[in-house]
Amino acid sequence: MNKFNIENLNIWLGSTQALKDVSLQIATNEILSVIGPANSGKTTFLRTLNRLNELELSFKMQGLVELEGNDIRKIDPEILRKKIGMVFAMPLPLPLTVFENVAYGARMHGQRNKKKLFEIVERSLKQAYIWEEMKDRLNESAFKLSGGQQQRLCIARTLAVEPEVILFDEPCSGLDPISTAKVEDTMVELKKSYTIILVTNNVKQAARVGDRTAFFLSGELVELDSTQKIFTAPVDKRTDGYIRGKFG
Amino acid sequence: MKRNPLRTQKIAFSFLLFSTLLIVLPVGFIVVEIILKGLPAINWQFLSDMPRQGMRAGGILPAIVGTLYLVSGAIIFALPIGVLAAIYLSEYAKDNLLNRMIKLSIVNLSGVPSVVYGLFGLALFVVFFKFGVSILSGSLTLGIMILPIIITASREALEAVPQSFREVSLSLGASKWQTIRNIVLPNAISGILTGTILGLGRAAGETAPILFTVAAFYLPRLPKSIFDQAMALPYHLYVISTQVPNVNEKIRYGTAFVLLVMVLFMNLVAIIIRSQFRKKKKW
Amino acid sequence: MRKIKEFIIEKLILVCGLASVFFVVLIFIFLLKEGLALFKIVSPLDFLFGKSWYPISEPAQLGILPLILGSLLVTFGAAVISVPIGVGCAIYIAEVAPNKIKELLKVGIELLAAIPSVVIGFIGMVTLVPLVKNVFHLPTGLTALSGSIMLAFMAMPTIVSIAEDALYAVPKSYREGSFALGATHWQTIWRVILPAASSGILAAVMLGIGRVIGETMAVMMITGNAAVIPQSILQPVRTLTATIAAEMGEAVVGSEHYFALFAIGVVLFVISFIINVSADLFLHRNK
Repeated sequence: MNKFNIENLNIWLGSTQALKDVSLQIATNEILSVIGPANSGKTTFLRTLNRLNELELSFKMQGLVELEGNDIRKIDPEILRKKIGMVFAMPLPLPLTVFENVAYGARMHGQRNKKKLFEIVERSLKQAYIWEEMKDRLNESAFKLSGGQQQRLCIARTLAVEPEVILFDEPCSGLDPISTAKVEDTMVELKKSYTIILVTNNVKQAARVGDRTAFFLSGELVELDSTQKIFTAPVDKRTDGYIRGKFG
Repeated sequence: MKRNPLRTQKIAFSFLLFSTLLIVLPVGFIVVEIILKGLPAINWQFLSDMPRQGMRAGGILPAIVGTLYLVSGAIIFALPIGVLAAIYLSEYAKDNLLNRMIKLSIVNLSGVPSVVYGLFGLALFVVFFKFGVSILSGSLTLGIMILPIIITASREALEAVPQSFREVSLSLGASKWQTIRNIVLPNAISGILTGTILGLGRAAGETAPILFTVAAFYLPRLPKSIFDQAMALPYHLYVISTQVPNVNEKIRYGTAFVLLVMVLFMNLVAIIIRSQFRKKKKW
Repeated sequence: MRKIKEFIIEKLILVCGLASVFFVVLIFIFLLKEGLALFKIVSPLDFLFGKSWYPISEPAQLGILPLILGSLLVTFGAAVISVPIGVGCAIYIAEVAPNKIKELLKVGIELLAAIPSVVIGFIGMVTLVPLVKNVFHLPTGLTALSGSIMLAFMAMPTIVSIAEDALYAVPKSYREGSFALGATHWQTIWRVILPAASSGILAAVMLGIGRVIGETMAVMMITGNAAVIPQSILQPVRTLTATIAAEMGEAVVGSEHYFALFAIGVVLFVISFIINVSADLFLHRNK
């Protein structure tokens, strides 16, 4: 069963067309890496899936995006975003404590029971492999954490909502190599139970984590294949050029 | 003779400095003059007593109390409307004609002469709604007058909250209102507070809007209800400086001192909150 | 349940968003409602250009030309004083002052803006008015000149803060380009920054003037309130605003006089409307 079915997706932001006629399917419990140079439409693609693009006043969309056979435009955005979590490019803790950051989603969905909230926070922090570091710092401001810790906290915060899909938008772009390694380990662990879409401009990262890899260029989906195939024998010359570092 | 650019610059900068001093020194003079001559008049009796002998003796308690009533009434009315209006502009409004009309209206409200607010309050609240010359009429009039101050300050504060916070909250499945309530408002609160206090200060100092809507010339008792007339500090100062002959200089300066201290105190509090907030800003 | 609650809250937000439009319209309607009643008795031309204002004589003479000229004279005087000084101060703060002094000056300007107009009027009465009287050997110091000087003060904070914003808004690259060509700081200010900020400075001046025209208490306390066509700036005059403030207390609700004061209110409202809308256009012309 496919998680996502995307057909002839066209997106405009203002007068620029950010995505051009993109069609693809994303399977349940796979990691799909999305690579491409800056401004190739990767992030726009990602933000279409959880309807975050709609915050832009100039956003226009044509085509079909289905989540498990349902048109996402017909799903209540709050329910959609509960199912589809997102981790942003920069670590973006909310100006709350560590505990409240992780508990935020559950609280918004009506969980008031303190004991339950604590269980959710503990479980999510453990899943993101940051419980040991955080268990004594739950009441500190999240801004006091290091960048890598903040990003893993954001992952835990996303997991706390119990999504089915997690969108990663260049999650390591603001991190040092050691933190990056930790976040990547977390992603690989997570793929056992989640569908993951990872946008990255780090080609090696895509190769390390992705089951399949999609290459975007100027709003077009140039090539989509198993990660092995893309990195060893790409069909399109542009893909080959990008991977070899000729541009981008 | 060839002009020397550096000498021109020196002359020009001296002129600029001179202009600045021409503004700042008199401000200092006004404040110091009122403090020096007003402070000796201040004692507990002056602050806690009724005026006596046609305002030529006694204290200014009813004027202080009246002003406090008016200011509280104005803020109770203007704060919720102002903050919600600011939320509309910062979180909901799209870039369309309606939005431009709203912004233009706010600009206009802030430019309407204060005495015109007085006329409006007289026609609408005193006469049309039959609230009479009362604290209620005066508070509502002042409330509408400070609305643009509160809206503008709150809107700036709301818009200063990073867009990414909203995106994070929404991406976790929170609704728009939950996002505003839990993330945007708490982080804009000090800006909203600053605007509110500035509005308070403005309401406390204005005279023209309350002339025909609430102010009592001489009423040596405390107001009984919101439908009662009341004395107010700025109007009292006007009355004892122009309408009543032979008022002791000390009483005039004392009244000016209390009014000035009240207003400047509010402004200083607002300035301090703002600068503290700028220092502590977490993002 | 949550959905219903949020629906109600969002409608409430919309209603409050529209409140300012509502109030502007309401103000205009109520001023017109009372003000237009006058024109059943007096023609608009006689009202605007009538040379005498004797509202309580029999029959009442309701010409506001002396009041308009009074307002114009005081405003003109205040503008002559406050525009060069205010713009000069804005340039000093934005361009010349060292950072620490800059913050201090801004607080000073803010304090000036905060001083209630009745306090300014009071101080003017006890200090400036006797001074004007003695310097010019006049029978009274309550003159248009005294009013202009005090009002110039009240316009300063508006002019300084808006002009300063306009100066800050000039892109850094302009400045750097000019410096790179070897211009002095003053040449850069005079030839590059001021022209680039001109529409914002114009808006600042207009809003400052708007503030002066609308100012009531200070002007009532120090201009002497003589409703005659002014011949000199050293005479007492009476402005539109002071007339309303001074006379509304005595006017009987529903009388000619009452309607006439509202008609003056309409005139003031229209003037402030024009000034604010055009200033707003200037402010946003570059964006």
